[in-house]
Amino acid sequence: MNILVCIKRVPAPGRSIILSEDKQEIITRNLGFTISPHEECAIEEALRIKEKNGGSVTVLTLGPDTAVEQLRQAMAQGVDEAILLQTDGKEWDPMATSKAIADAIADKDFDLLLFGNESADSGGYQVGSRVAFAKDFPFLSGVKSLHVAEGKAIASREALHAREIYEIDLPAAISVKEGINLPRYPSLPGRMRARRKEITILKPAPISGGPEKLQLRVPQGEENQVEVLGYGVEAVPRVMEVLQELNFC
Amino acid sequence: MILGFIEHDRGTLNKASLEMLTLARRLGSVEAVVIGRKGATITHELKQYGISKVHLVVHDQLDDYAPTAWAKSLTQLATSLQVEAILASGSERGNEVMAQAAAIMNLPLATNCVDVVLRESDYIVTRLRWGGSLVEEARLSGKPKLLSVAQHVFAAEETLSEDLVIVEQEVDLNDKDFRVRVTERVENESEGVSLTTARVIVSGGRGVGSSEGFDKLEELAQLIDGAVGCSRVVTNKGWRPHSDQVGQTGTRVAPDLYIACGISGAIQHWVGCKAAKKILVINTDAEAPIVQKADYVVIADLHEIVPAIIAAIRAL
Ligand SMILES: Cc1cc2nc3c(=O)[nH]c(=O)nc-3n(C[C@H](O)[C@H](O)[C@H](O)COP(=O)(O)OP(=O)(O)OC[C@H]3O[C@@H](n4cnc5c(N)ncnc54)[C@H](O)[C@@H]3O)c2cc1C
Repeated sequence: MNILVCIKRVPAPGRSIILSEDKQEIITRNLGFTISPHEECAIEEALRIKEKNGGSVTVLTLGPDTAVEQLRQAMAQGVDEAILLQTDGKEWDPMATSKAIADAIADKDFDLLLFGNESADSGGYQVGSRVAFAKDFPFLSGVKSLHVAEGKAIASREALHAREIYEIDLPAAISVKEGINLPRYPSLPGRMRARRKEITILKPAPISGGPEKLQLRVPQGEENQVEVLGYGVEAVPRVMEVLQELNFC
Repeated sequence: MILGFIEHDRGTLNKASLEMLTLARRLGSVEAVVIGRKGATITHELKQYGISKVHLVVHDQLDDYAPTAWAKSLTQLATSLQVEAILASGSERGNEVMAQAAAIMNLPLATNCVDVVLRESDYIVTRLRWGGSLVEEARLSGKPKLLSVAQHVFAAEETLSEDLVIVEQEVDLNDKDFRVRVTERVENESEGVSLTTARVIVSGGRGVGSSEGFDKLEELAQLIDGAVGCSRVVTNKGWRPHSDQVGQTGTRVAPDLYIACGISGAIQHWVGCKAAKKILVINTDAEAPIVQKADYVVIADLHEIVPAIIAAIRAL
């Protein structure tokens, strides 16, 4: 069972997002970076499938040279191999991204391609589906539970008031959502090993695809009035008044 | 002509599709497409939302939801009708079907749009990023233009159309298009008050400190008929299941009151709870980001004040 997990390096803004003057990107000088949450779960899921079925797990990302940090993190968790599709740091649109990924794996034999449901930053919801189409693999998104055995993937996801179950023949491509599992923390020996592992680096050229980003904007919050109800337990009477005004007790 | 993809689940309309029609009507004359014979039951409802023509896609194998088959149906119809654009709801299925249609047609797709203006032969779309913490203006070209409309942004505006014609459309699908299809469906047992339906949510963050710490939040929630929510730190630590998580990668909630205990209010949490009518914050830190955004603030240790509120309610 050979599994490919596609991940994305994204900044982890906390309190607010600050944009560059040309409105093209988030200022990340004071921010840490992380793997998009859905994809962290995709890595964990791949490792669990491998632990049950044997085989290997490869992680791939398209991004700047610094995305090596996220590849090493994945390897520290137990991923065997890593591929970096290195860009010049500019954000690629979803068509260019998927084309580069599809080209990079065109002659590789994977039984399962895992993606995050949507990237945390751009939220395009389409790289998985485009790569799957290029490979002619069946594709399902939004998966919240996955079981792989005997050449099949049994996947389920949430619908309104129900769970839908899908049975898909491998090879297949699947995108998962946070909550499918609780990702493990990398172990210390894992981290040490990851540091020494090789990373395959390719430098694809972007095709012109779309949509074409023009500019970013931070939406204006609504004006609101903050009322301090009090400090410490002395606030309890005011809290009770509010709860009663709103008819909760 | 704009083609509006109307979602249904075994003959039940997804109301998010009606929100999509509100935006679609601004772009031109709209015709609707419904996939599978089971969808026939929803076609009459569309008349109230300005639709006078529904294309009902029929095929022997189009029984239950099958994303690729649905996407392929859309692309065949769009090509034969020469449509200007296909719009879907930014729902799970809406985005999935559009992403597959975009792959089949090798055309760009803009997801979760909140605004569209025409510029020459292109659309300038405004779309959500970061779950709505950031927006992007982008140029969308191609024919047809493919886009999905962010949920809960537009009202499903009613406008009665004079008549309604339903046209059955045959499509060319093969077994391969049905490699992914719903094979089984398990109805959820009713779980009492849920995050999406609760009038009040008592939510806890890192400040709660442990899974046992949530006992008091549970107790408070029960007393006021609410549900318990949490931040991602809490699910990551395994204190609560992910189904309780509020935020960008959890659930979007819109209760009458959201009580945030020991939650700092990172933007990814905020996008999940900002639709609440009122927000009450309990935090030891008067500088926490969520404090400025709240309606009511209590600067206190949650481990002291939550039990005190419980006692006060019990004493009523
Ligand atoms: C791509 C991405 C997606 C994300 N998605 C989500 C998501 O869906 N949901 C989500 O919640 N987060 C999400 N996050 C994480 C988010 O950025 C924050 O890390 C997280 O919300 C912080 O959780 P917290 O407020 O519980 O913890 P902290 O930020 O650590 O805040 C704890 C708060 O508790 C207060 N406190 C401590 N002790 C007490 C006490 N005794 N009494 C009262 N107050 C106390 C502190 O003053 C502080 O304000 C995401 C992050 C990324 C990068």
